[in-house]
Amino acid sequence: MATNDYIPHAPGFVDNEGPKIVSSRFGHADSFTLERYEQTGGYQAVRSVLAGSTSDAAQLVKDAVLLGRGGAGFPAGVKWGFMPPVWPRYLVVNGDESEPGTYKDRLLMERDPHQLIEGCLIACYALGLNTCFLYVRGEMAEAQERIGTALNDAYDAGYVGRDMFGTDVAIDIVLHWGAGAYIVGEETALIESLEGNRGMPRLKPPFFPAAKGLYMKPTIVNNVETLANLPWLFTNGVDAYKEYGSERSPGTRMLAVSGHVNRPGVYEVEQGVVTFRELFYGDNYCQGIRDGNDLKMFIPGGGSAPWFFEEQLDLPMEAADVGSAGSMLGSGALVVMDETTDAVKACLRIVRFFARESCGKCTPCREGTTWEEQILQRILDGNGRPEDLDLLADIGSQISPGEYPAAAHPEAGLTAVPFPPKQTTICPLGPSSVAPITSAIRRFRHEFEAAIAASPAAPESDPEQRDAVVEVSA
Amino acid sequence: MSRLTAENVLLAQEIIARYPRPKSALIPLLHLAQEQDGYVAADAMEHLAELIGSTPAEVLGTCSFYEMFKREPVGRYVINVCTNISCQLNGGEELLHHAEEALGIRAGGTTDDGLFTLEDVECIAACTEAPCLQVNYRYEYRIDGGGFDRLVDDLRNNARPDIPRHGTLARDRQHIPADRLAGIASPETAGTPAWFERRQKAEAPAEERA
Amino acid sequence: MTATENQGTEAVTGVPFNLNGRAVHATDGELLIEACERNGVHIPRFCYHNRMKPVGMCRMCLVEVDTGRGPALQPSCMLPVTPDMQVETESEVTKQAQDGVLEFLLTNHPLDCPVCDKGGECPLQDNAYAFGPGESRFIEEKRHYEKPIPISDLVHLDRERCILCDRCTRFASEVAGDPLIHFIDRGSQTQVNTFPDHPFSSYFSGNTVQICPVGALTAAPYRFKARPWDLEAIESTSTVDATGARVVLQSSQDELVRILGLDSDAVNWSWLSDKDRFIHEANRSENRVTEPLARVDDGLQATRWGDATAKVATALQADASRIAVIGGARLSLESQYAWAKLAKGVIGTDNVDTQLADGLPAALALGLPRATIDEVCAPGGVIVLLGPDPKEELPSLSLRIRHAVIEDGATLIEITPRATSLSDLASVRLRATPGIVGQVLVAIANDQLSADVGGVAASDLQAAATLLRGERPLSVVFGRANLAESARYTADAIGAIRSIAPDASYLPALRRGNVNGALEMGLTPGFLPGGVRNSAEVGVEHWPTTPEFQGADTEGILRAAADGNIDTLILLGADPLGDVPDAVLSASAIENVSTVIAVDSFLTDSSSKADVVLPAAMFGEADGAFLNVEGRLSPLSAKVTSPGLARPDWMIAAEVSLAMGDDLGFGTLDELRQEMSAAVASLADVDWPGLSSADDGPVLRPHRNWDLEFGKPADAPPEPKSGLRLLVDRKLWDAGTMTAESPSLVGLAEPAVLRLSPSDAVGLNLVDASHVTVEQGDESYDLPFVVDESVAPRTAWLPIRLPGFDARKLLSSGGSVNSIQARIADGLTDDDAGDGGEPTAESEDTSDGGRQ
Repeated sequence: MATNDYIPHAPGFVDNEGPKIVSSRFGHADSFTLERYEQTGGYQAVRSVLAGSTSDAAQLVKDAVLLGRGGAGFPAGVKWGFMPPVWPRYLVVNGDESEPGTYKDRLLMERDPHQLIEGCLIACYALGLNTCFLYVRGEMAEAQERIGTALNDAYDAGYVGRDMFGTDVAIDIVLHWGAGAYIVGEETALIESLEGNRGMPRLKPPFFPAAKGLYMKPTIVNNVETLANLPWLFTNGVDAYKEYGSERSPGTRMLAVSGHVNRPGVYEVEQGVVTFRELFYGDNYCQGIRDGNDLKMFIPGGGSAPWFFEEQLDLPMEAADVGSAGSMLGSGALVVMDETTDAVKACLRIVRFFARESCGKCTPCREGTTWEEQILQRILDGNGRPEDLDLLADIGSQISPGEYPAAAHPEAGLTAVPFPPKQTTICPLGPSSVAPITSAIRRFRHEFEAAIAASPAAPESDPEQRDAVVEVSA
Repeated sequence: MSRLTAENVLLAQEIIARYPRPKSALIPLLHLAQEQDGYVAADAMEHLAELIGSTPAEVLGTCSFYEMFKREPVGRYVINVCTNISCQLNGGEELLHHAEEALGIRAGGTTDDGLFTLEDVECIAACTEAPCLQVNYRYEYRIDGGGFDRLVDDLRNNARPDIPRHGTLARDRQHIPADRLAGIASPETAGTPAWFERRQKAEAPAEERA
Repeated sequence: MTATENQGTEAVTGVPFNLNGRAVHATDGELLIEACERNGVHIPRFCYHNRMKPVGMCRMCLVEVDTGRGPALQPSCMLPVTPDMQVETESEVTKQAQDGVLEFLLTNHPLDCPVCDKGGECPLQDNAYAFGPGESRFIEEKRHYEKPIPISDLVHLDRERCILCDRCTRFASEVAGDPLIHFIDRGSQTQVNTFPDHPFSSYFSGNTVQICPVGALTAAPYRFKARPWDLEAIESTSTVDATGARVVLQSSQDELVRILGLDSDAVNWSWLSDKDRFIHEANRSENRVTEPLARVDDGLQATRWGDATAKVATALQADASRIAVIGGARLSLESQYAWAKLAKGVIGTDNVDTQLADGLPAALALGLPRATIDEVCAPGGVIVLLGPDPKEELPSLSLRIRHAVIEDGATLIEITPRATSLSDLASVRLRATPGIVGQVLVAIANDQLSADVGGVAASDLQAAATLLRGERPLSVVFGRANLAESARYTADAIGAIRSIAPDASYLPALRRGNVNGALEMGLTPGFLPGGVRNSAEVGVEHWPTTPEFQGADTEGILRAAADGNIDTLILLGADPLGDVPDAVLSASAIENVSTVIAVDSFLTDSSSKADVVLPAAMFGEADGAFLNVEGRLSPLSAKVTSPGLARPDWMIAAEVSLAMGDDLGFGTLDELRQEMSAAVASLADVDWPGLSSADDGPVLRPHRNWDLEFGKPADAPPEPKSGLRLLVDRKLWDAGTMTAESPSLVGLAEPAVLRLSPSDAVGLNLVDASHVTVEQGDESYDLPFVVDESVAPRTAWLPIRLPGFDARKLLSSGGSVNSIQARIADGLTDDDAGDGGEPTAESEDTSDGGRQ
């Protein structure tokens, strides 16, 4: 059945061996049409859900242990249960995929928008609400177009809106898109953005969206892939779903593997079972490192994740195991770097991302990430100073106090520091900037020292700038 | 330079009506203004403030937060070259340098003929297809210097009808027919969905109903 | 308010928590940062401000908190104390977090403290000294912006100094409701700014300077004027309007240089209008009257005090009924008493009125059960606004009402003839056409809710009736919404509310400074101090006499004067030529009085026509007391000496009295106050010296709940046969003397604009027009216009007096509702203006002969 090769209509997607829960239609060139969706069993699950009770639907999601696929991996059913009995309440779909290395929600939106819409309808019904906002990343014009068309078709068919499927149920799904801001992927920032504001995160506590979200009303924010699982889950049931994946992490995940592998691609992979080594080297997956090179390091869960190395290759991709090993699976984005990679440069590139994407709301992130970038750029430009490495460490600890999560480094006698990091910031963006710095310096300090040693003449700190505050009173 | 056209005001009102609060429509409306003019003009921001009952300063506050909104005219084609980690590992920076040379501008600049604006952007979610870029938010995958040159030639020669001018994102908009709309109310007046209340009653145990 | 409420019950027990190893208590729901402060531990902060919603952005107030799940850093400004919380504000982790934030804030902060207005009183500077390292580790290029840019006429912004704490922007949007400044751009490039060409022209802009924790926002009038360590300060009360906003006066070298808002829990919560804040510039005006002046031939010439008071005494030898006093709202309570005693108790005239024919019957202000501001703004209450836009007349009060509705669940019923700054917050809006407001409320009182009344829809009447008759506490903020209609309609409306909601309490929204003190002291016809009605049976202790006749109000006085029936007119800081709505009557009155005596600080339109001008000390130059809108007594403090020979008003009264051969009985402020306590029942218990140290000051609540006679409500005035009814009210920035004498404020008044309904815009064929000609009799103005849906059809809404425009010339006091003619302005349209021109028939008076 499986071609074990790329599919022309779904760039990057590899139709390999294994269960296809959310990517089952990708092989069809017209997978995004209502016609194809219905021919392949679409909109049947929601029909049966509407015939049952709302609480049964919610319970099923809980029983399935459907983990959120956006990054935090929290069980969706439990999250839904946090909603107080207050109305109006809202469902917001997070399609603002922008974590470096992450590429799977876009495929799901472009290739199978009706699957997502059906997932939204099931969730709305289970949550007893009638207004859903589908927030797509601004830069994804094709996804917006496909969902727009799909929604128009679904409204026309009587599947969305009033009198859905001839019942009395009425649910609106409003397509909304952003305009270029990574931080809006954070759920409270996404809500701010949906209110027409600057996408700056709110503090949790007190603003947990399930209780005080959109317009300060109870709001569930779910990732695209999470909801895309629902039609299959409700068609096939909890037991079938749990046949895949591990006990703690049932089902599959869409993983994007990029970087220096022979076959970078998006793979639907059983959760908690496959190891990193299998993923990177297996014939069913990435088929090894390019040019037969050695692995230098890899990012297991998007730009925010601390780096892993050779020693972590045999870990199964199970959230808890990866967490205790010092990183996270995050958004299903794996970036593989071979021995030719310049650790300083890679580190700077990721730090620069966070500095550019900091929203500016809280001081440590706004000032700290920019400062980190400036120092790393200076080192790379040949103006590094020996004290810069300690300074980077201090800045890191001012953004994320305590020991920062990191993989074990047996050679240096360093044990793993478990995830997650602590933070002086409002949201995890600032602390994420510390991940590449800690990871890179801890493992490749010599590369930084070499870059600094190569510096012709490090600038002295400017005596004019020396005193932070000038005495003014006599 | 301009406020929304009469036609776009109607569209704006349709968009506003889809949200429980008018200000929620602001980002879609800014996109609409950018679609109209290729960028978000100051007059347009003032007009949007009127439409959603806000102030120009609030509109600017939102507009300026998001990178896609250009407050000065840009090229007909905005070329976004990704240099984030996955692309960097596969030649994204080299691609950007090539693009700078080929267009004769630095990232952030616009060619004199007003055709191209070049940008160095963060991850655009095509990491397995690195290096990649977007032209007006349409993807080009695994593209090298030669591919870039061909792309630019095609754009110059109007040979890419699939790429609309800057400002247009989805060409098929969502339209909810009035007779299909479930109903969107302000959060102050929207209550529990009627169908949900009916089901709650039906599902309640018999003794509770009695 | 919460804290006060809790003091009785909660403070004793409260929420127990552990602060640095000490067992302490918080009040219920109290934020950790506040609870620590009350328990003697100050946590540094930049974004937190106790009068705004916390945002937890600057991260300076992070402290280590353990709620049972292990210690973690938490922003203490966002965290309500929970029982048994363990808080460490001094731990190594806390200190490192705070030091880190401080270092980050300083990385891009310029080192220009020596030339910064904030230097010496700067929280960032203070924290850097207290907690910061001596040396910066930041060697990169700092952010650069153009140095201070004006974001309004009054406020300058230095974005390099800004630490993005969101205080100013939050204030503008949440507190003032003027979101004209905002965060722009993102991340480390974030800046505060306005929209290009849309300045931060908020009436409250100066508050942002006061709350800026660094020197990013500076006040144009104060820039480089003084250094904090040179300033002397004293607490006082703003006399700009009747709210009585509490202030701190700051002087340098015997000059008032700055006014700051004082955080009075009961009144203004530290907020001031820009008029409150910058009006002190008038004190230094070159146009101050600094010595007594007397008319010689056609001019005023300086004279000695003795000669001036002798002249005054001579003029006051006339028959008491031919002597009149207008004004007094600018005076301190003590001066008001002194002048009331001189006029009523010595001279014996009852022709005394502090209101300038633009207020309401004194009995309403004195006799209705009074609400405090806190009571009006109580959570969950219902507020009726029956009057002008409080933002224009009592701006700091309007902020309290705004907060009550937005944050505390108060419900607003707006009964105003046009939209106000609070309209968006109102649950019900009753827009009665001029002259109909009484009818509207009478209809509600009579349960006639099925038909529209005076342009108000039946559905709105029903909604208002439900709220007015509801169970929730009801308070009424009432004032004069339209200076072009008789005050009787407002009185009728209040009469109706009295019958609908007998338990309602009232806050008189009379505008002028200490007008409530003036009414309380008897500077109004028919009353003696303490709200005592004058009659043959009552007297006042220490007063030789009381008036033996019922005097006239200002309009009556002016009419009598115009008819030659007043010999001597005393103007107590009043400028009838500039202020009284009927300008023609005022001119005729001043013309026909034999002697005009002005007690004033400036030569106004009126005082410059006086025969004797006695120079009065101004705000900030004399001690005294102020009685605010709710009857709260607060101190007025002298911080600087009066220029030249200017004296406090009470002293002038005493001197004049002496010149007349009568000793008023007090030579010092203390003696005066003692007499006041003895003579005025409502002041009997006042602790005068304690006023300046009291937190909020005592509220005088004589519990008058007079059985007011409202009489039969007036009939609706007839529709004007042609033309538009007038709706005239005030703007904060107008052509008033004090504003005109404050260089920073004089330019703030905007040009006059006519507002009219969409149907009139169509009726007058204004589609392509830019201006409208409004005229009454011989007077006419060409004005730009705005189509305003809140204005009733056949109504023209105009400001009363702005530079270059004087609506009073279009008014007369004879009619119950004034009207004007309007037409397209000639030559100001693309089309032929003549086409659209309405007939400009003779002006018409819709008078029903109403009383005034």
